[in-house]
Amino acid sequence: MDSVTSEPQHRTLSSTADNGLKIVVVGGFGVGKTTLVRSVSEIRPLNTEETMSQAGEGIDDTVGVAAKTATTVAFDFGRISLDERNVLYLFGAPGQERFWFLWDRLFSGTLGAVVLVDTRRIADSWYAVDRLEHHGTPFVVACNDFGGAAHGPEAIREALDLADEVPLVFCDARSRESSKQVLIALVEHLKNVVAAAPEGAPRPIPEPAP
Amino acid sequence: MSRVRPGRDDSPDRLYTLTGGRSSSGSTAFDVVTLVVAESDPVPGMQSEHAAILRMCRFPTAVVEVAAGLGLPVSITRILLADLHDTGRISARHPRPTSYRLPDHDILEQVLVGLRNL
Repeated sequence: MDSVTSEPQHRTLSSTADNGLKIVVVGGFGVGKTTLVRSVSEIRPLNTEETMSQAGEGIDDTVGVAAKTATTVAFDFGRISLDERNVLYLFGAPGQERFWFLWDRLFSGTLGAVVLVDTRRIADSWYAVDRLEHHGTPFVVACNDFGGAAHGPEAIREALDLADEVPLVFCDARSRESSKQVLIALVEHLKNVVAAAPEGAPRPIPEPAP
Repeated sequence: MSRVRPGRDDSPDRLYTLTGGRSSSGSTAFDVVTLVVAESDPVPGMQSEHAAILRMCRFPTAVVEVAAGLGLPVSITRILLADLHDTGRISARHPRPTSYRLPDHDILEQVLVGLRNL
């Protein structure tokens, strides 16, 4: 195990950095989340985890969870320094059920999400789309190109039961430029969502962060 | 890769020991992307995790980066950070937009500019 005294092996942020931002990439196992994060990150993606256990924060959250059961979710993340003040953290997170118990604690206030889809396994993404809609988190769907049979956008939209306003893009997560375009598509979508929202409208999910 | 996953195989007892038995970080809400800056150097006799945090945060470092660096779960890291914050050894730069509203248009513009410049 790494010594707690080891220094981070990456370059440091500017001393003027003062605003951390979040975008979450959600997708099933092997869909390319880490690949996409690595493509655009200025640091080698790091891995950490959050646990909701007896030693976890906010023990009241464990009501209904068996006392000895720790809910543990591992996720990786990368970083993009946008300018001298804004730093974007890009989280690659699994879409499995237990992950969503920790969503508010980890990802409240996130700008938005990317649902990364393998078109050969579209059903893997149903749950993520459903949960993001439930949380009121704006998202785009990005189909990672695995060189399989091409599906038309209409077929994918139908398979995911995707609302018309949710952008659907195709990408190659190995490509920095392609991954960058996915993030730009998300932020453009966010601008549209903000423009369409009433002034100061609260998000649908008003639960406070712990 | 056989790297040990932080926290996964740790007994809750060990994590309690690190936090002095506490399971909550109290009133100070550290977001996962709150940027932490050390305001002092480690001193002899300090808990090793606290000293490691101060070394790690000589430049702004996000809570989640501190957690990854320590190899500890985010929630435990938050408690350790709260200790240091309460004693003035670190300062915290919290994310600007509030959690309950859609992001600010100006922030989105800044993000777009930053992404296009990648």
